[in-house]
Amino acid sequence: MLSRSLPSRLLWCLLWCLAAGAVAPVQAAETRLPGSERDLFLGEAFYYAGQERFFDAISRLDAELLQYHRVDERDRDPLHIHAGLAHFSVGDFELSYRMHNKAGRAIAAVLEGNVRQSVRNEAAYRLARIYYEKGDHENALLTIERIDGALPERVRDDERLLRAQIYIVNDRHADAVEVLRRLERVPGYEGFAGYNMGVALIQQGDERRGLAQLDRAGQIRVRGHDPAALAIRDKANLVLGFHLLQGERPEEAAQYLNRVRLEGPFSNRALLGSGWSGVAQARFDRTLVPWSILYQRNPTDKAVQESLLGVPYAYANLDMHGRAALLYGEALEAFDRELDRLHASIQSIRDGHFFRAMVREEIRLDSNWLVRLRELPESPETWYLMELMASNDFQTLLKNYLDLEDMRQRQTAWLTDLDAYEDVIARRRDYYAPLLPGIDARFRVLDSMIRLRMEQRQSLDDRLQRLLVAPDPKMLMTADERLLLLQLDRIEDEYRSDQSATGEEVRRRVARLRGRALWDIETAYPQRLTDAFDNLRELDQHVQRLDEIYAGYVRTRQAATQSYQGYDERIRNARARIRQDQDRVAQAMKGLEHMLERMAIAELEARRDRLEQYRVRARFAMAESYDRAVKAQQQALIGEGAP
Amino acid sequence: MKDLLRALGLALCLAVLPTLAAAADLSRDRIKGLDEQVQDIKQDVLAISTELLQLEETLIFPSSTQVSLFVSMAEGSRLQLDGVDVRLNGQAVTHHVYTHREVEAMRRGGVQRLYTGNLRSGEQELEVTVRGPEGFQERASHRFSKGAGPALVEIVLSGGSAPVTFIDR
Repeated sequence: MLSRSLPSRLLWCLLWCLAAGAVAPVQAAETRLPGSERDLFLGEAFYYAGQERFFDAISRLDAELLQYHRVDERDRDPLHIHAGLAHFSVGDFELSYRMHNKAGRAIAAVLEGNVRQSVRNEAAYRLARIYYEKGDHENALLTIERIDGALPERVRDDERLLRAQIYIVNDRHADAVEVLRRLERVPGYEGFAGYNMGVALIQQGDERRGLAQLDRAGQIRVRGHDPAALAIRDKANLVLGFHLLQGERPEEAAQYLNRVRLEGPFSNRALLGSGWSGVAQARFDRTLVPWSILYQRNPTDKAVQESLLGVPYAYANLDMHGRAALLYGEALEAFDRELDRLHASIQSIRDGHFFRAMVREEIRLDSNWLVRLRELPESPETWYLMELMASNDFQTLLKNYLDLEDMRQRQTAWLTDLDAYEDVIARRRDYYAPLLPGIDARFRVLDSMIRLRMEQRQSLDDRLQRLLVAPDPKMLMTADERLLLLQLDRIEDEYRSDQSATGEEVRRRVARLRGRALWDIETAYPQRLTDAFDNLRELDQHVQRLDEIYAGYVRTRQAATQSYQGYDERIRNARARIRQDQDRVAQAMKGLEHMLERMAIAELEARRDRLEQYRVRARFAMAESYDRAVKAQQQALIGEGAP
Repeated sequence: MKDLLRALGLALCLAVLPTLAAAADLSRDRIKGLDEQVQDIKQDVLAISTELLQLEETLIFPSSTQVSLFVSMAEGSRLQLDGVDVRLNGQAVTHHVYTHREVEAMRRGGVQRLYTGNLRSGEQELEVTVRGPEGFQERASHRFSKGAGPALVEIVLSGGSAPVTFIDR
């Protein structure tokens, strides 16, 4: 009977579905750059990436890389030491930001990243993981097989687990088993490896070994209180139990289902299965034990809802028809309440409350946001959607929706920023524009004076350089000496034709004085040349200071102009692009909202339809139980009245 | 009763397979198409973000006056960091209270840009106060020169005998 009710195709789906969830969390990477010459801006990108703020990490690193590619002397930019890592990282961050377009940098980073093989392998591992989670099994396989050589130790075992899971979904069960064998004894992975190996073996057709493997995975010793390890142990027992129920081995099934913890995430399903094993053995007293526990639990849970019918069904089979009828009545009331809540939840989603709750900032800041979400009073529907929300499809859509919401908020802020920039620019223009013409006029006068002095300085330098090659003492005469020689020339001319004794005496004295003056000029020449060079050097110091002031002025002048000129078009273009993208973001958000809404409503409607079927069956069953109870009572009365 | 049992049996199966039925109607191609569309949008919005970062830098913090202060943690640092206060030339310019995620990101090698502002060229006095739990407080100062280009100073937190050191970049 149960074998007809549990088609094998669905059971395998269950195995797959559960296997897909058995992935250990990824640890954050160490991103410390070696050496004191590390690039601060690359470090800044790692700072954002370390907080999973990948949008900021990518755009900051992109800005830095653009600047790096613009400079002529890249060797002087500290980024050149880590340029390969920077290019890889920007692709790697895109990968983490779920931008794995085929032509994108994320793929390039994996395929040809100029980084250590182990780092590239880690990126390939994460890309494969994204493909796997998005259900792209073929690309997941292609990517994981690109891993060549060593991986960082902290992800080595996670990679093996993922590799095995990818092999399983690609029907390479033997390969999966081989990989999992290496993982079976790794602390912390025993349960994951054992469980997945059991799944792989069963799917491979080796049911005996697969079941034995699941049996072992269902008994692993868990150190401390590791919720993931405890959950995978429960999962192994649950799958094993249902497999045995399907194989019409209910007594053995109960043994495994009873191993599942009463407080774990699989507890309700295990209790339900355990009850069904009692039904299959026609041991309704045994059935009542697990189902009575389940009956007391939250009625929004599907297993609990089923127990609302199951418990009276068991009582009816124990010929306690009166109690069964009462419990069917209680079940009807519970189903009515649940149906009302489901109707309200469907309406709430249609009214947009679900999305408003999902994009609340304080919810998203909490790593456990999915659980927090269901605590919100305005979103009771999330109680019903927990399982759907944990599915990969829903998660992909939801993460995209949240990313778009983040971008939408940024775009709004950017438009405000651009308005503020324009205001700053207008104020600067109002301040500088009237001042600059006057400053420029004064600067032009000073500039021509500076140029003249610079030419004079150059002329002096040229002359001194020539004296080094061809010494010429007269070039370094003092003004007095020059005047003296001119005076002597004049006197000499005056007495040139005077043949008197006075004339003779004047010419003799002029000759003596000229000789004396020339002697001084000749003998002082080396010292004068040295002094001239010293003076030139001193002048050069003043010239250098002048140059600095000049360059400082030019920079300031340029900065003043640049503070308000050349931005208009950039701002106009940026604003137009933002507005254009705002429309695209809004459109994509609508598409995602519609898709998420359809998924959520489809889930709720499926629950509603099932509950409506339950309600119909409960009504019939209640009527039947009343009839039987009344008949039993009548027979008892007849029995009592009989002679 | 057997009908009921069969119905419940099927329901049991559905109960353990909650998502498959709901997702069955939805086209995976449509999900994939939307995913690719979102990736394209991300690419464009990131490009605008980069452009705006550059615009902000040239407009608000031109290289001739720019000063940026970065905070990093030395390898193996066990410093418990709550917050940092910064004064430049005697003026309080910024303070930051750290979240656990921020501290962890720095421990793994991330570098936080704590402050970007504008200063005249010349000698500058930087004073940093690092705060930690149980009243821990460490104050350190540093002089640096602001030239024609941007001034970058890295504040390294190590938690050892010299908990705060500075590197001019």
